[in-house]
Order: sequence, then C-alpha cells, then structure tokens
Amino acid sequence: MLCEICKKREATVHLTEVINDEVSELHICEECAEAKGAQMQQHFGIADLLSGLVDLPHDMIPKKKRINIKCPSCGMSYNNFKKMGRFGCAGCYEAFKRALYPLFKKIHGVSYRAGKEPKKPSALKPVIIKDVPKPDINKDNLQELKARLAKVIELEEFEEAAVLRDKIRAFEDKRNSPDKLR
Amino acid sequence: MKFNDLINQTSEWLKGTGAESDIVISSRIRLARNINGLKFVDWSDPETKERVMKISKQAIFSDNYMKDSLYVDMASLSLLNSQFLIERHLISREHAVNTKYKTVFIGNREIVSIMVNEEDHLRLQVIQSGLVLNDAWKIMTSIENSLEKKLKFAYSDEWGYLTACPTNTGTGLRASVMMHLPAIVITSQINNLINDLSKLGLTVRGFFGEGTAAAGNFFQISNQVTMGRGEEEIIDNLTRIIRQIVSQERGSRRFLKVRKKDIIEDKISRACATLEAAHIITSSETIDLLSLVRLGIGLGVVKKLDIHKLNELLMLIQPAHLQKQACVELSSSERDIKRAELIREKLK
Repeated sequence: MLCEICKKREATVHLTEVINDEVSELHICEECAEAKGAQMQQHFGIADLLSGLVDLPHDMIPKKKRINIKCPSCGMSYNNFKKMGRFGCAGCYEAFKRALYPLFKKIHGVSYRAGKEPKKPSALKPVIIKDVPKPDINKDNLQELKARLAKVIELEEFEEAAVLRDKIRAFEDKRNSPDKLR
Repeated sequence: MKFNDLINQTSEWLKGTGAESDIVISSRIRLARNINGLKFVDWSDPETKERVMKISKQAIFSDNYMKDSLYVDMASLSLLNSQFLIERHLISREHAVNTKYKTVFIGNREIVSIMVNEEDHLRLQVIQSGLVLNDAWKIMTSIENSLEKKLKFAYSDEWGYLTACPTNTGTGLRASVMMHLPAIVITSQINNLINDLSKLGLTVRGFFGEGTAAAGNFFQISNQVTMGRGEEEIIDNLTRIIRQIVSQERGSRRFLKVRKKDIIEDKISRACATLEAAHIITSSETIDLLSLVRLGIGLGVVKKLDIHKLNELLMLIQPAHLQKQACVELSSSERDIKRAELIREKLK
C-alpha cells in the first residue's frame, strides 16, 4: 500500500484519528508520519494542558492588579506563564505565588515540599545577573535576536519586541555601514 | 573516552545485572535543577545560556565521579550522532533540537549523564541495570551534593527545588523503571495493571517509540508527583510496587509454562526461526520477536542467548546504532537489510 500523503513510499504507519466523533484511518510512510508527529506536537503540548490548570481564581487577585501580573526579576507575565506552561525564573514563583497553591494542588495533590534540601538553603532572592560580559554581535547573535523577536511577538510582548527590533536594526546598520564608506 | 568509543561498549544498564534483571531491564533516576539568579532556559538570553554552560562545566568537571566524563557540545553533533545518544538513553529527544548552548556530560560506563540547558539548567540522570533504584539514588545524591558545593540551586523553603515546569517543582525527581512484561500482556492483565498504577500516582508508557502502544511489551513506570513526598519515600514506594509487578509477571510466566506450554513454546520458536531466517526486517517487527525470545530465555526455552546479549541486541538494531556500526548513513530499507544481517550474525 502506498503512503496516502506523499503517494511515493510504502505505507508502514497506520494511524487512527478521531475527529468530531468520526473515526478515520490513515496509512502513511515513516517519513510522513514523522512530519505529522512533529505537527501534532506543535499543536498540543504540556503547555496547553497546564494552561487549563493555571487559571487564577478571579477573586484572589486584588482589583487593581487584575490586568496582568509580571515577574519583577525576569519580566515574565502571568499570561505568558499560562501560555508557555513554564516559569521564566525562580522569581516567578514569588510573583505568581497566590495562583500557585491551587495549581500545585491540582498537579501534585498538595502544595508543600518534602524531602531533600540544600545543605545551606539558598534564600529565594532571585537576582538576574548583570555582570555577564556581552559578546560581540556576530551573525549567530543576529539569528538569535531574530528568533527571540519572533517569540516575543507571538507572546504579544510588544515593548520587548520594540527593544529587540532596535537592536537588530542597529546591528544591521553597523554591518552595512563599512561597505557604504568604501 | 571519545565519542566514537561509545559504539564499541555496552551501556551499563543493558548488562542484565542487578536484582530481577530478567524482568526489570533498568532503573533510572532523574533530577531537575536550576542555578539561582539565572533565568530559566526557555525564557533566557544567549548570554545567560552561555554562562550556565560555563559555570556548570566547571562544577561538573570538579566532581570526582564526573571529572573524566565525555563532554559533548550538542551543536557540534550530526543528526545521526544525536539520535545515537537518544537511543542510548543518554539525552532526551528535546535535547536534540535547537542544539545551540546545549551540552551533555557522559560519565564512565554511561551510568551518569548530565544535560545542560535542556528544559532546566541541569538535568542529572543515573541509569543502571535491574531493580536498583536505591543504588542509583546513592550515586545521584553524591553527585548532586558535590555540585551543590559549587553551584547555588534555585530553592524555596516552601516549595523545594524550583524548576521551569510546575510538574517538576519540589524534589525535581523522576524515578523510572523499565520492565519487560510479556506474560502479563499475553494473559490480558495489562490494562487492569495500567489503571491500578495510575490510581497510585504512577505513569506507564511504552518503552520503545512514542505514544501508548508498547512495542515488544516493554514498559516504563515512573512517579508522577514531585511535591509532598520526599525522594526516599518516592523511591521506596516505587520499588515496592515494582516488586509486586515482578511477582505478578513471574506468576503469569509460570501459568504460561504449565498451562499453555505448547502455545507459548510455538510462539517463541517461531520468533527465533524468523529472526534467524529473515533477510529484511523492520525495527518494530524485530522488537516484537526479540520480546518473545527474551521471554523464552526467562522460561528456559531459549539457550543460545543470555539476557545481556539480548538486551544488547535490542539496542544495536535501532536506526542510529545500525548506521554507526556500518559507518555510513542508510535509508530505511537499507537499514532493514542491515538489521536482518546483524541479527543472523548474532544468533549464529
């Protein structure tokens, strides 16, 4: 049997899909199955499952702060945390604290720790280091900046996006200017 | 140790040693840790990721156990070599994509591996043969304690170790055991077992491949919850439950041997014959047949192979391993031919 997607290779993977209560069968090759698997992973991941759990009870948020809490250490907003299903840094645990009790209860059944602790407990003082030497901007950094820009746009972090856009422009100007001088 | 030496050695966890190794293939402990004061990986910038790479490298190489470990920069690996590490259970699938700033340290005999900049800054893994979760935990604590002297991990008195994903917060510990349960499957008890285990807060997954279907009746059973229970309690509970499953599998094997002798011996002999005769064979067919041969070894029906050799074969027949042995890239159909060749050779 030939693969129903590429119609070239032998179908070795047999999938059963249920869409709107209708069962359909799909016979495809290994390569197309891999591509399809990747698509499916992009569509639905742990972030989607978790975001269902992390809705902050409305009455737990003070009226003034109902818009969107942000972690002061790393800038992660509560809405982004909900979308990504991941914390941005240790400081987020403090920033989103009130929402975490019900979340941990849902995930773990309890909202307290047990077991091993550090020899000298490191107090929760998340500080984003500032003394990291900035490497020279090169081609790779540019790609990295562009990837990050795409990510923040997707997350609707437009302030951050503007900063990144300016950085990219500055770099591109710098790269182009020596040629112009010549 | 060099990267290309790995193909010539057997991972410790496949050696068929340790308690109950006819049924329990391996025990694995994983810890998630983050360095305090640095953004978590997914939300981080290149400078922070580089800093994590640098300071964790210093800390890991200063540990006695890890000082001679193999250091691999994931960005420098070919796709084939990344796949090879996944098949050996030294890295996760996630670690093989977007490889920039990701590294892995592989310890002596592949018992310990440490992934840097995966979902958390550090993912430590200890994997050993048989039901030996306690031993694995001892190794893990010694390495973690030594790293903790050099690195300050993100930790809260209220919630424990702080991880990127809230499903790991607390201990950051995942203990898992890989089991071969053909008799429980053949006697149709597996679905009940899976249901019962999920009620006890444990997760069951197929060991080979993705999704729920367990090729070759190999299963991975692990704890789900990381808060409210200490590491030793999690490990002790899991070990007790695994012992129960082992005795259920043994009972079912005895039942098959006594009550269904002809049927089961027929299946096993046919599996051996197919493997000895095939010239083209896919990996999923191979895993199903090797599973029956493995049961045959346990029942004393198959004599020409032992558990160690069989476990090793389960690894060697996988796509990246076949290509590493052949030293060339092979298409799917070329692999099926190479795989059959290798099996015939090993079963001689």
